[in-house]
Amino acid sequence: MRPVYMISGGITKFAKAHPDKDFRLMVKQAYDYALRDVPKFSKDMIDGAVGSYFSDHFTRQLKAASMAQDYLGLCPKPSKRVEGGGATGGLCFQSAWEAVASGRMNCCVAFGFETMSRVNTWKGNEFIALASDTNFDFPVGGFYTGYYAMMVRRHMHEYGTTVEQMAMVSVKNHMNALYNPYAQKAKRLTIKQVRESPMVATPLTMEDICTMSDGAAVCILASEEVTAKVCNRPVTVTGVGSGSDAMRMADRPHGNVILLPHERESDYAHLKYPGVHSFRGGRMAAKLAYQMAGIRNPIEELSFVELHDAYTSSEIQTYEDLGLCKYGEGGKFVESGVPFMPGVDYGLELPKQGRLPVNPSGGLLACGHPVGATGLMQAVFAFWQLQGTIKKHLGNDRLQVKNPKRGLIHSHAGTGTYITVSILEAP
Amino acid sequence: MDPLIIQDHYEIDYRHSYAEDSPFFVALTKGKLLGSRCTACGYTYATPRSHCMECGAPTSWHELPLAGRVHTYTTCHYGGELFLKETPFTLILVEFDGADTLFLSRLKGAEPEAVRIGMPVVARFAKTPSFKVTDVWFEPA
Ligand SMILES: [Zn+2]
Repeated sequence: MRPVYMISGGITKFAKAHPDKDFRLMVKQAYDYALRDVPKFSKDMIDGAVGSYFSDHFTRQLKAASMAQDYLGLCPKPSKRVEGGGATGGLCFQSAWEAVASGRMNCCVAFGFETMSRVNTWKGNEFIALASDTNFDFPVGGFYTGYYAMMVRRHMHEYGTTVEQMAMVSVKNHMNALYNPYAQKAKRLTIKQVRESPMVATPLTMEDICTMSDGAAVCILASEEVTAKVCNRPVTVTGVGSGSDAMRMADRPHGNVILLPHERESDYAHLKYPGVHSFRGGRMAAKLAYQMAGIRNPIEELSFVELHDAYTSSEIQTYEDLGLCKYGEGGKFVESGVPFMPGVDYGLELPKQGRLPVNPSGGLLACGHPVGATGLMQAVFAFWQLQGTIKKHLGNDRLQVKNPKRGLIHSHAGTGTYITVSILEAP
Repeated sequence: MDPLIIQDHYEIDYRHSYAEDSPFFVALTKGKLLGSRCTACGYTYATPRSHCMECGAPTSWHELPLAGRVHTYTTCHYGGELFLKETPFTLILVEFDGADTLFLSRLKGAEPEAVRIGMPVVARFAKTPSFKVTDVWFEPA
C-alpha cells in the first residue's frame, strides 16, 4: 500500500430541511467548495468516486449515488455506493482510501449525503429502527434511542456512570457548535436543562440525542504524485481500522476485553466484555487503526478526536473503546474536562479542560446527523484542523486546536454493528 | 421561486417467511420459549439462530426456562411511528440461567420506576397469536 493524502474537503450547512435543494445539488455545493480550495486541481485528475448514503427509505430513489455522480459530471469514471448504517460516511472515506492506497486510482472523490426531512421525525425513527433485526428486535418496539438507553443503563450499572456526566457531553458539544456555522443545533445549555428536557427513553432526554438532518459532505483523496501538483498543505491518512458486532444486542458475548498496547489483562480481571455496555467493533477498529499509524498510547499521541456521538452516552462509551481512558472511566473522563475545548467557558468546573478535545466541531449532537454525510463531515473538520485552516473555513478560530499533529475520526453504525476509525496527520 | 412540495404516498405488503426460525414462532403459540444450543460447542443462545456464531456448527432447538431476570431496561416515551401509540412502554433484555446470550422483550405490569437490573421476571404468552415475537412478553415474577 502507498501513502494516501486528503487534499481537500467541503460540506453544506447541516439543517433540519433543505427543501430548496435536492441531494444532487447539496453534493454539488460541497464538491464545488472542495474544488475551490485547491485551485490548481482539475477535474481530469479524478479517477473515480465513491458515494455514500444510508437509506433508500429516506431517499425513495434507488441508485441515488448515480444521480449525484452524473450531476457532478464524473461519468463515465468508476463509481459505486457504500452503505453501512450510521458508519456509511466512515466506510465511504475508507473505501476511497483503499482505491488510492492500492494504486487502482490516483485520485478518488468520496461524497455523501442524506435527506431525512422527507418524512416526519417518528417515521424517520421507524426507518432507522429497520436497521435492527426485523424478526426479533424491531417488532418489540423498534427504536434506536430505546436500544441505546438499555446499553447505557447497563454501563451505569457496571461502572456508576451518571446522567449528569452524560449531560456534560451535551453541554460541551452544543456549545462548541456555537463557533461552527455549519452546525444545525448550536446552543448554550446547562446540565439541569439537559435533564429537564423531554424524556425520550429513560435515562436519555431530547438533549442527549442527535437530530435528523439534511446535508452533504465531500472529501478528495489523492496519491503523492497528484498531491504534490496541487496541494501545499495535504493531510496524510496514516491509519484505517474497522470492526463489527452482532446485529442483535442480545447476541453480544460476555467474554474478554480486546486489549490496546497500553492496557493489561489485569486491568479488566472481572469485566464481562463487551456485553451491551461497550462496543467491541469500535475497540477492534481503534486497535487496527492505531497499529497502522504506530500509535501506542492514544491519549498522549492524539491532538483531537471527532467521534460518533449520536447519543451523549455513546460518546462516553466510545472514549473507552478508543482507549482514551480505561473501560469504566468514561464518565470520570468527561467530568475531568479532558475532552472539552480549551478557552471556552462552559459554565462547568473542569480541572483538566482541553487536554484532548473531543468533537470540537460539535459532533453529531449539535452539527446534526445526515447519515451518509456524517462520517465525511468529520473528515472535513479534521482536515481543516490539521491544516490549521479552521478560521478560513468557519470564519473564526475558537475551535482551532493549537498545533495539532494527529486527529482521529470515528464513524459508527447500528448498535455498534459497523465501526470505522481513521487517523489523519498534519503536513 | 419557492420549491414545489407534494405529498407522495407509498405502501407495500411483504410476503415474509420466518424460514429456519419458524419453530420459534410456532412454539410461542404453545407457551414455549425456544432458544438454540450449539451441537458442537454447547454455546446456548436465548435468541435463536440455526448456526453457532462461535464455531459455525448447526444448533438444535433448546427450551428456555420461562423465568429470567432483567439484564437491562428502558421506558420509551417516544418511538418509531408504528409504536408511538403504545408509548410509554418498557423494553428489557432478559437473561436466563443456562443461556449465554439475552432476549429482547417488553416488560408489562410494572411501574417504570420499580424496574431494576436483576429483577425476576416471567414469560407470558398471547392467547390469540399474531405470529410475531410480541406473542411473548414478561411480567414481574
Ligand atoms: Zn458452537
